[in-house]
Amino acid sequence: MSVRRVAENQPDDFSFTKENISWAKKQIAKYPKGRQASAIIPLLWQAQKQAGGWLPEPAIRYVAEFLDMPNMRAMEVATFYTMFNLEPVGEHFVQLCGTTPCWLRGADTLKDVCRKVIGEQNTVTDDGKLSWLEVECLGACVNAPMVQINDDFYEDLTAEWFEKILLDLKRGENVPSGPQTSRKASEPEGGRTVLKSIEGDA
Amino acid sequence: MSDLVKVNVDGVEVEVAPGTTILQACEEAGAEIPRFCYHERLSIAGNCRMCLVNVKNGPKPVASCAMPVAPDMEVDTKSEAVQAAREGVMEFLLINHPLDCPICDQGGECDLQDQAFGYGVDESRFQDNKRAVENKNMGPLVKTIMTRCIQCTRCVRFATEVAGVPEIGAIGRGEDMEITTYLEASLSSELSGNVIDLCPVGALTSKPYAFTARPWELKKTETIDVMDAVGSNIRVDTRGREVMRILPRNHDDVNEEWLSDKSRFVWDGLNTQRIDSPYIRKEGKLEAVSWSEAFEVIAQKLKGQESNTAAISGDLACAEGMMALKDLMSQLGSPHLECRQDGAQLPSNGNRANYLFNTGIANIDDADALLIIGSNPRREAPVLNARIRKRWVAGNFPIGIIGQDEDLTYPATHLGNGAETLAELASGKGSFFSILKKAKRPMLIIGQSALAREDGLAVLEAAIELATQSKMVSDDWNGFNVLHSAAARVAGLDIGFTPQEGGHDLEGILAGATSGDVKTVFLLGADELDMSRLGDSYVVYVGTHGDAGAHRADVILPGATYTEKQAIYVNTEGRAQMTEQAAFPPGEAREDWKIFRALSEVLGEKLPYDNVETLRARMFETAPFLAGLDELTDAGMPDVSSLTIKVPLSDAPFMNNAQDFYFTNPIARASKIMAECSIQAQARNISEGTGTDG
Repeated sequence: MSVRRVAENQPDDFSFTKENISWAKKQIAKYPKGRQASAIIPLLWQAQKQAGGWLPEPAIRYVAEFLDMPNMRAMEVATFYTMFNLEPVGEHFVQLCGTTPCWLRGADTLKDVCRKVIGEQNTVTDDGKLSWLEVECLGACVNAPMVQINDDFYEDLTAEWFEKILLDLKRGENVPSGPQTSRKASEPEGGRTVLKSIEGDA
Repeated sequence: MSDLVKVNVDGVEVEVAPGTTILQACEEAGAEIPRFCYHERLSIAGNCRMCLVNVKNGPKPVASCAMPVAPDMEVDTKSEAVQAAREGVMEFLLINHPLDCPICDQGGECDLQDQAFGYGVDESRFQDNKRAVENKNMGPLVKTIMTRCIQCTRCVRFATEVAGVPEIGAIGRGEDMEITTYLEASLSSELSGNVIDLCPVGALTSKPYAFTARPWELKKTETIDVMDAVGSNIRVDTRGREVMRILPRNHDDVNEEWLSDKSRFVWDGLNTQRIDSPYIRKEGKLEAVSWSEAFEVIAQKLKGQESNTAAISGDLACAEGMMALKDLMSQLGSPHLECRQDGAQLPSNGNRANYLFNTGIANIDDADALLIIGSNPRREAPVLNARIRKRWVAGNFPIGIIGQDEDLTYPATHLGNGAETLAELASGKGSFFSILKKAKRPMLIIGQSALAREDGLAVLEAAIELATQSKMVSDDWNGFNVLHSAAARVAGLDIGFTPQEGGHDLEGILAGATSGDVKTVFLLGADELDMSRLGDSYVVYVGTHGDAGAHRADVILPGATYTEKQAIYVNTEGRAQMTEQAAFPPGEAREDWKIFRALSEVLGEKLPYDNVETLRARMFETAPFLAGLDELTDAGMPDVSSLTIKVPLSDAPFMNNAQDFYFTNPIARASKIMAECSIQAQARNISEGTGTDG
């Protein structure tokens, strides 16, 4: 964690698309009347999605006005949660887990790959395709080391394979998510070792 | 009473109401609890942890500010365990707090410094780098040194809860939490200076006062503010003869412990543009002269024309000055007196209830419906507005507004623009009338904007009519309120500084001056007039600042400001309060009443008092209710019988006085700080495109 500030270059304005407005109204309807401000997190999240993975300052203001709450209150929420990116991110936004289990399994080598292919943290490649950020535990320690790219987990990575994924994504190729070895989900490597058959099974 | 809860604090038994916090119970029992984030006028945050106490059978120390008492609780505030717990908290707080007390403006009046004396350990175990935080812009009044911030969030809570302008917040989290405004915009609240007092450390300090003085070298004088008609209690700090700063004093029935920015930061205006010697205009140019020379010139001018003399008193005049001028005028045989320089049609005879804020500021807390007529209390009396907001926050407080629909920091139903809506309500029509009627203790506030027009008296009559119709006035509740904007006004009306038998009112005096019937006009600090209408009359200006009046004057006599004299001012409630002398008037300047006493002798009409006590005795004869300092006298009920209405209600809308909040009087207009605030406020209005604040 470090001090997070809104980005220097900001778009002039922001407003929800028609679909997002009706979506937002549905979210607000989940809360009692007069408590519309409770919908702040889903709305900011939707705004971040619409804006291309980051939350511009006009979007924070727009959501605050949408929810009839002070701008400052929305800014507090947006800066509190690290899931809100205050600066532009790449089309494929890599969140690299650096917490102990992943670190023990070689997260540092993945970081080196990021530096090599993308550059320093929080910088977007010139083509706008990639950016990366080290984050705390993403809860997939069994498949360490792992990264999250946009909404998907990429697990059981090696430095070589991770580099290939990044380069494929850069080229616009489709990369299947999940464990990157032959392993299925979080089963043991090489297949199941217990519970191979269930009693009474054929 | 049986519903009280018994609590034992360090062996002292106290009985407190259920729901009281442990901290409050401890105070009741006389045990002092250290605190940073807790403040009795703000919501409870419970984040500084300094107020830890032990509760018997509890697993660990508890934050006493946030924990309600339970029956038969045994609280320990003095044991070694408690001391150790607080020392632990203090050590954590000091980890990231810079040790820059020698260059910190809070030094000497810092909560952290004081409490570190009691709970600090003598050496630091912290080896790493302290955190550093970028300073934030908060405008021309509040200076920030954010590295010193201990994140108590008092300022955030004040802005949101009391000021009603939620513009301060905490961004980031944990170690990186920072207090700021949205994108570092300047504070826009008229009460923003209070965050300086609230800040327990030196993170938010006074920008204009920065590095000018230390608290222990200042002489502190407890006095009264005159920037608005609230009569806020203040403390004026002086070094030598110079006012260094102004701070609020607590008065639960008036300003609680808040102060408007104008009252707090106007002090630099006391030292600039001052008139320090009598002046006479010779061939168009003002020339400094001696007192006797100035008096001689006036005496020659007045000879034979005594009854064609008029006197107008301004917004900052004290009761003593007005009384002396009134007596002088009556000895000269002139009936032309006027204390309502804004032209407000306030009734000049008899019934005080017709022009006072009868409910009383503190009793706003008990009201249950409010109608505001032609007033913007946020600009005219920011501290009183905070009181209204406090009542609104408590809930079930419908507020209606007739006049301009402006942001008052609380929502109000806009009922209409002008007198026709008022007349309609007074005749018992409209949904808001039924709200008022249903309410047990409804109140209305009528502002000067509704009265300072030709049909002002008719508006006042309609308002009194409405008050009577909706049962606002009864034996135990008086909901009829006039909100004044000038500190001098109520005293002026009380002592009858109004047209005497056959005298002209403001309009008459100005018309007379234009036509040449009124030969001489005395202006007692009256600067907010249309000076061009004084025509060729001979103008004697008694005042403090080189403002509009002095520019027009033929003779200028230098007077004393509110910080330079002991004088009585009466606030909008009718509460007489006395200012104390904190500094001396500059140069030749004298107290107003002494000037008129000396002048009277030269004119051969010697006033019968040689000291201020005799003058006050004379004043209390005229207005006995001024004698009881800081007391409210029941003014009775407002009534329409004494009003002689000449102009019927017109349907022009009530337009709030467009005067700049930061420029309402000569002292404020001489202040650089106020000018800066005004520029900021104007810039805000342009960017918001509302044109209503400010």
